[in-house]
Amino acid sequence: MEWEVVIGLEIHAQLKTASKIFSGASTQFGAEPNTQACLVDLGYPGVLPVLNSDAVSMAVRFGLATHSSIAPRSIFARKNYFYPDLPKGYQISQYELPVVHDGWVDVVLDDGSRKRVGITRAHLEEDAGKSLHEDFHGLTGIDLNRAGTPLLEIVSEPDIRSAKEAVSYMKLIHQLVRYLDICDGNMQEGSLRCDANISVRPIGRHEFGTRAEVKNLNSFRFIERAINYEAERQIDIIESGGSVVQETRLYDSGKDETRPMRSKEEANDYRYFPDPDLLPLTIDLQTVESIRADLPELPWEKRERFVESYGLSDYDAGVLTTARNMADYFEAVASGVGDAKLAANWVMGELSGALNKAGVEIENSPVGPDALKGLLVRIADQTISGKIAKDVFESMWAGEGSADEIIDSKGLRQITDSTAIQAVIDQVLVDNPQQLEQYRAGKDKLLGFFVGQVMKATRGKANPAQVNDLLRRSLDA
Amino acid sequence: MHTRTLAELAAALRDGEFSSEELVGHFLDRIEALDAGLNAFVTVTREEALRAARLADSARAEGQAGPLTGLPIAHKDIFCTRGVKTSCGSRMLDNFVSPYDATVVARLKAAGVVMLGKTNMDEFAMGSSNETSWYGPVRNPWGHDKVPGGSSGGSAAAVAARMAPAATGTDTGGSIRQPAAFTNTTGLKPTYGRVSRYGMIAFASSLDQAGTITASAEDAAMLLGAMAGHDPRDSTSAEVPVPDYLAALETPLSGIRIGVVKEFFDEGLDSDNAAAVGKALEVLRGLGASVEEVSLPNLGLSVPTYYVVAPAECSSNLSRFDGIRFGYRAEDPKDLTDLYKRSRGEGFGAEVKRRIMTGTYVLSAGYYDAYYLKAQRVRQLIAGDFHRAFENADLIVGPTTPTPAFDIGAKVDDPVTMYLNDIYTIGVNLAGLPGISVPCGFVDGLPVGLQIIGTHFDEGRLLNAAHMYQSETDWHRRVPSGMLPESG
Repeated sequence: MEWEVVIGLEIHAQLKTASKIFSGASTQFGAEPNTQACLVDLGYPGVLPVLNSDAVSMAVRFGLATHSSIAPRSIFARKNYFYPDLPKGYQISQYELPVVHDGWVDVVLDDGSRKRVGITRAHLEEDAGKSLHEDFHGLTGIDLNRAGTPLLEIVSEPDIRSAKEAVSYMKLIHQLVRYLDICDGNMQEGSLRCDANISVRPIGRHEFGTRAEVKNLNSFRFIERAINYEAERQIDIIESGGSVVQETRLYDSGKDETRPMRSKEEANDYRYFPDPDLLPLTIDLQTVESIRADLPELPWEKRERFVESYGLSDYDAGVLTTARNMADYFEAVASGVGDAKLAANWVMGELSGALNKAGVEIENSPVGPDALKGLLVRIADQTISGKIAKDVFESMWAGEGSADEIIDSKGLRQITDSTAIQAVIDQVLVDNPQQLEQYRAGKDKLLGFFVGQVMKATRGKANPAQVNDLLRRSLDA
Repeated sequence: MHTRTLAELAAALRDGEFSSEELVGHFLDRIEALDAGLNAFVTVTREEALRAARLADSARAEGQAGPLTGLPIAHKDIFCTRGVKTSCGSRMLDNFVSPYDATVVARLKAAGVVMLGKTNMDEFAMGSSNETSWYGPVRNPWGHDKVPGGSSGGSAAAVAARMAPAATGTDTGGSIRQPAAFTNTTGLKPTYGRVSRYGMIAFASSLDQAGTITASAEDAAMLLGAMAGHDPRDSTSAEVPVPDYLAALETPLSGIRIGVVKEFFDEGLDSDNAAAVGKALEVLRGLGASVEEVSLPNLGLSVPTYYVVAPAECSSNLSRFDGIRFGYRAEDPKDLTDLYKRSRGEGFGAEVKRRIMTGTYVLSAGYYDAYYLKAQRVRQLIAGDFHRAFENADLIVGPTTPTPAFDIGAKVDDPVTMYLNDIYTIGVNLAGLPGISVPCGFVDGLPVGLQIIGTHFDEGRLLNAAHMYQSETDWHRRVPSGMLPESG
């Protein structure tokens, strides 16, 4: 039987507010345990939450970017359960009326095609603290620094049909929240994390199968592997006559498997009810419009513009717009060089390669956009060849100066003087009589040998096109 | 000096008749002499109070004194007080010293008010008799075998016995007004949102409101002016300007329409209580008010509605008391579940546990719609009743309680009868309205309270009517016998 996998993702994005969603404490990551939790975060007797309006603006930004409706009135609700890292014994979240609902995004799949994924809702909530089970000799350590950090929980429709599609969707959300500057997207630190609802059904069947919710997917790779593992597990169960149980499962990346956490029967009854400490969240049209007016160019808009204005391929435009910083870098370079394709190739090629190798973010690149522009201008005006340019780039990366300084100090200026090139050719022909004879006897392949000799003699500086042209003429004379 | 009202004591301080240190010392001595028999205080902060009084005296000497500077009051032990135990009447918080001041405490402190100590209360404000306290029942100064009412029973008894000239309280279903009625004190529950709830340990967040227990309406006006107003730390505190409550106290009542609620005078109301209230209505009529009957047809639903909404909210509000970060923690827990079960099982008393269980039940999947949601709808009906009644009345007046104070122990085994004690007060909380109870007579030596209810944020008119009534009567001036005679 042919099976289809049905996937919906719940993505938690930590919002980049300076302070927490219901208190004034800092949201900085990595501080000493329990130093960034105030009395409100600690759930002390008598304290009350006050909503951080920056978190609301960020949620609205996301909603507007994903073609969603912004609720003029939404409600904070309490999700009640006991856990040591949940100080109040309830999490303030949104339940029946979320701030953002009914939107969609078009995801670019690996083959370049677009797939629309519905956004059911996105709601604001507070994060819990962390329980640390290691290093405490059988006890559990509680770090409440994270408690109260604002989260946007983004719930997709079950529109996703494969692990690869899920990864593409996750990458798009990752890209979008960074474009919107609402989340740093750092999956390793847990700023962006995801749970997947997974079920399988025979192709052609309309009804959904029983789903399992898989938690703890904190990298693109784990999303893909966990979904594939879980889909296969469910198919195996059904094909061997069993049936899938509705349950929450945990992905163990070490063992690359999912294992049960709790069944539907064991699931908490969260006893949601409207939080009486917070008034309904109202957002007027004017606020929505002013946030809309302030939206940056969105990744898919930028991608389209790069294709149209710079004549780039959809793929190249996609790569260059992956992150806003890279796109900005590219545009700064392309605008000065006047050759967008050249700029694109360099940003995606040499530059990205060097950045990856060094593990440096593009905004911290030792070769900035102006510097790279200085180099590419010299390729465009034929001062140096593309090959020499790579050497110059390496020197620039090493901090040896600007492109022009390096070209001058190392004498790398390209030779475009025909007379000078011809003189070198003449000498090469004189020095290699045997090869010349063979070439003239019909061994055309030796052209490359002569080109190599000329380039070697000029230390690569001769203009390659001219060399080719003049060599041919001399050889065929 | 303890028989004087707060306003009179303020005048005496201003006139230099005595210092704040002398005044505070006098009340501290009264607490020492009387409280062993009444159990109104959980904590007495003698040293801190005397220090604050001396500071108040220096401020006065430097011409920096405000109208409340140097006046002593007691705080209900539900308000967080920095560096002082804040128990909420519970074993759960017997070891809890708050690291911060509640907004009410901070505002009064900033106004120069001196705290004498923290008053006993029903555990987590859940009770109508002050019998659910971990620290034992408070005795009514008007009869030591009687309850003082609850949950602000300690505050009411402290003021009634003049161990403090005034005290703060909180009112979720009648917890200021009912004890005020039982102890011949004036109990003001302001409009929901009038006074910040920050630092006031939550029982039922949508109903809780801080207020005062005083010797007169004028005293309540003095304190409310300092306590009220928007607090950025409490989203539910209203951004409504605070008027000068004292300035409006003497406004004549001529032309004021008083609505008397038909449903208040049902078979549950003690006939002597009814007679006292009837006489009070005559006084108000004599002051120029017109009296007409109004109806609150859904009032009978208020107690069952309250006992869904309040437990639902408390079941969630009290989840933070889990033995992890503060408060009572069971000894040698064998695992996390055991830690939770025993810390909460041992830390909470029976009434609190009853309400947590009720609240957990009404919020549970499958029951939410039938209980919680329905109760919210009925709550709207009750609020609508009041709204309509106020179309024909400026104030609504009736008894505060069906009977005078009952015997300690009389209702502890019958929660429903206990709950019905709040039948006249609970609707006011459900509708978020302001209400005040003022002394209006005695039945068999026990005080009876008159309840006056106003529209939202109309505390000014409420206090005006209460004050005018008190200028025509002297019930509020009476103090229980057996109190020490005036000294010094």
